Amino acid sequence: MSAYEAIILTIITASTPLLLAAIGELVVERSGVLNLGIEGMMVMGAVSGFAMAQITGSAWVGILMAMVAGTAMSLLFAFMTQTLVTNQVATGLSITLLGLGLSGLIGSGFVGMPGIKLGYVSIPVLTDLPYVGKLVFGQDPLVYISLGLTVGVAYVLKRTRMGLIIRAVGQNHDSAHALGYSVIKVRYACIAFGGMTSGLAGAYLSLVYTPQWIENMTAGRGWIALALVVFSTWLPGRLAAGAYLFGGVWILGLYAQGMGMGIPSQLLSSLPYVATILALIVISTNRRLSVINTPASLGRGFVPDR
Amino acid sequence: MSSTSSVENSPQVLLEVRALTKKFGDFAANQSIDLVLEAGKTHALLGENGAGKSTLVKMIYGALQPTAGSIIWQGQELKIDNPATARELGIGMVFQHFSLFEALTVAENISLALPPQLRTHDLEERIATLSKDYGLPLNPHALVADLSVGERQRIEIVRCLLQEPRLLIMDEPTAVLTPQEADALFATLNRLTQEGCAVLYISHRLEEVKQLCHDATILRHGEVVAQLDPQEETASTLAQHMVGSSVHEVRRHDSHEAGEVLLQLLNLKQASDTPFGVDLIDINLQVRSGEIVAIAGVAGNGQGELFAAISGEQTNKDFDAVIIQDVSCGQLGINGRRQLDTAFVPEERNGHGAVGDFSLTENILLSRHAVTDGDVPVHKGWAGINQAELSRINSHVAQTYDVRSASVDAEAGSLSGGNLQKFVVGRELDRQPKVLVINQPTWGVDAGAAALIRQALIDLSRQGSAILVISQDLDEIFELADRIAVISRGQLSEAHAASEMTREEIGLLMSGAHEKPTNTASEGGH
Repeated sequence: MSAYEAIILTIITASTPLLLAAIGELVVERSGVLNLGIEGMMVMGAVSGFAMAQITGSAWVGILMAMVAGTAMSLLFAFMTQTLVTNQVATGLSITLLGLGLSGLIGSGFVGMPGIKLGYVSIPVLTDLPYVGKLVFGQDPLVYISLGLTVGVAYVLKRTRMGLIIRAVGQNHDSAHALGYSVIKVRYACIAFGGMTSGLAGAYLSLVYTPQWIENMTAGRGWIALALVVFSTWLPGRLAAGAYLFGGVWILGLYAQGMGMGIPSQLLSSLPYVATILALIVISTNRRLSVINTPASLGRGFVPDR
Repeated sequence: MSSTSSVENSPQVLLEVRALTKKFGDFAANQSIDLVLEAGKTHALLGENGAGKSTLVKMIYGALQPTAGSIIWQGQELKIDNPATARELGIGMVFQHFSLFEALTVAENISLALPPQLRTHDLEERIATLSKDYGLPLNPHALVADLSVGERQRIEIVRCLLQEPRLLIMDEPTAVLTPQEADALFATLNRLTQEGCAVLYISHRLEEVKQLCHDATILRHGEVVAQLDPQEETASTLAQHMVGSSVHEVRRHDSHEAGEVLLQLLNLKQASDTPFGVDLIDINLQVRSGEIVAIAGVAGNGQGELFAAISGEQTNKDFDAVIIQDVSCGQLGINGRRQLDTAFVPEERNGHGAVGDFSLTENILLSRHAVTDGDVPVHKGWAGINQAELSRINSHVAQTYDVRSASVDAEAGSLSGGNLQKFVVGRELDRQPKVLVINQPTWGVDAGAAALIRQALIDLSRQGSAILVISQDLDEIFELADRIAVISRGQLSEAHAASEMTREEIGLLMSGAHEKPTNTASEGGH
C-alpha cells in the first residue's frame, strides 16, 4: 500500500464517525430540536458495541447493540424534552455527562481487552484494481453505510413528503400543529434516528477505528459533529464535505506533527470550532440564507395547548 | 322564529347556526347566536374588537367547540370536531394572521395543508393555473420568505380554492392589502359567489362591506344585535349598530391658546442602524403646551425612527437634538425621559408597547417602574414591587378607558387588538403626562375604541399637555391636530395650522415637496 493510500484511508476512517453522528443530528435539528447529548450517546454506543461484540464474538451484533444503546439514550432525551418539555440545552448536556459516566462504569471490566475488528469489504476483481481498488471498494461496511445515509437523508429531506413534514415542524411548530401534524411524534422519531446514528458512530470508534475500549474514547467527537451541523448550514452534502475536510485536517496535522513541523495539536483540534464560528458569521450576514436553511424553531420546546 | 326556520330550509341555505353559545369560564364570548348563510351570497360579520366575531367563526371552522347550540350544514345538524372536518365539508378559512412556513416554497406550503387526495403530482401546475384564473397570480416555486404580505395572503386563498370550498370564511382580509390588491380580491370574491360559493366576510371597513356584501350580521358583547342589508345602510348607521349608540363625535374645544414649548427637536439627525431603515435628516419641530401636533406621512418614511429618537430608544450624540421641558436629553435613555413627566406609546402594541406573555399589571410596571408621578411608587428598590398599587392603576385604566378582558389581570396577549391598544394608551394617559408622543394611536382599532382614544388625547392636551401624534390616517389627523407636519424620506416639513392645510397640500408634502436635496444634508451629517 502506497503512502498516499494510507493517508487517504486514515482520513476516511477519521471522518466516518463524525459523519455518522452529524447526519443524525442534522435530521434532529431540522425537526427543530437541539440535542447536545451526541457525545454521551456516542460513548454509550462505543461501550455497549464493544461489550456485546466481546460477549457474542460478532462485531455486527456489537454494532446492532450500539445502535440500540444510542437510541435508548436519545429516547430518554426525547421523553425529557418533548413529553416533559424540559430545557433542551440542559437536558442534552446531562445526557452527555450521564453517557460518559455510565459508559465508564459499564466498560470498567473491558479496559485493555483486545477488541474485535469489523472486517473490510472485499469484492473480487474490483477491490484488487490498482490505485483506486482498495480506496473505493475495500473500505469497512460502515463507511458505505455512512455515505448511503447521507444520500438517503438528503433525498428524504428534499424530495419526500416525510422530509417536507420534518422541515415544516422545524420551521414553525405552531403552524405545523395547526395543520394537524403531530409535532411531538415527528420529533420523537427524528431524535431516535439521531440517537441510532450516534450509537453507530460510537461503535465505529470501538470496533473499527481503535478496536478496544478506552474510557472517554469519543474524545470530543460528538461536539465536533454538532459544530459540523451548523457549519453545513443543515445541508447533508455540505455536511459530508465538512466531515471529510475536518477528518483530513486532523490527519494531515498528525502527519505534519510526526514529521516535526511543529504545529500545535491544540490549534488543529480547535479548527472545527473556528470554522463553525466563521460559518455562523457568514450565515448571519445573509438573512435570506439563514431564513431558508436554519430551522426557525430550533431548541424551542413545544407545548401543543397554546 | 326558531320553530319555523327548519320548515323554511330552502336548498339555498348552506349553513345555519342556532343558539350557539361559547363560554370561557363565566365569560360568554358568544351568547345564543343565530346566523344563516346562503349559497351565492357574501355575508358580512361586523362588530367591535372583542364582540365575539373570531369566536363564532372558529366554532364554524371547528377550531373551537361550542358550549351550547347547534350547527346545521345543508339541513343536517352536525358536530365539527376540528378544522379537518370543516375542510372536508367544504368550509375554507383565510386567517387574519396566516401561519406560513417562510423557508418553504408556495407549493410546499399548500401541499402541507391539503388532504391526501388533493396532493397530486400536478399540484404545482394546478396552483399556477388556478391562481392565474382567479386573478391572484402565484409562482408555485417561489419561497414564501421572498413574498409580500399580499402575495402571502394569496397562498392562503388559493389553498382554500383548491379544495373547492362551498363556504369561504375571510377574517379581515384587506387589513394587509394595498387598495389595488383589495380590488383584485373583491373581483375574486364576486366571482366565487357567482359560482355559488358562500362567503362569510369579517371586516372593520364599513365602506368595503357596503360594496361587497349582501347581508350583514352585527355582534356586540357576544350577541347578535342586528341582521340587515348593508346596501340600505350608511357606514355611520352600521357603526351605530356596532357600538350601540351613535359613534361618539370627538369634541374639540377650539378656544385655547398654545403655551410654552414643552418638546423641541433641534436639527435632529440620526443615521439608521438597520439596513432598511430611514435616516433622519435635520428635523426641527416644537410642540407647545395645550396643543396637538400631528406628523402625517406614508408608512416607512422614518416614522418609527423618529419615534425611537424622541422616546430615547435610540439616543443621539447631540444633547440638544431632543429637548423636553428645557432639559437637553439627546443622550438620555427612555427612563430618563419618562422622568421628565413624558410618556411614549409606540406603534406596535403587542411586542413593543406591551409584552404579550405578561399580565396587565406586569405591563404597567414595565413602563412605570422608573417614574413616580403620584405619592405611591409602583416599585421601591429593595422593598420590591407594589402589587396593590399596580392593581389599583390597572383597574382604574380598565374602567376609564373601557378595557375589556376575560379577567381583570389577564395576559396582555389575550386581549383583542382594540382593547390592548386602549390599555397601552390608557396606561400612559393615566399618568397625566406633560408631554406625550404617540405613534399610530388607533391603528387597527374599531370605531368606538378609536373615538375614545382620540377624545382622551384631546382632553389631555386641553389640560395643558403637549402631544405629538404620528399617524398615517388623514381623517384621524384632521380630527386631532392643531398643527400638521409631514414626514417624507426622513425629512420633516414645517408644521402649519391644521385649519390652513388641505388634503392636497399634505399629499404633495407626502411625496416629498419639502425635501432638500439629500446630498447637502448628508454632507452636513458626516
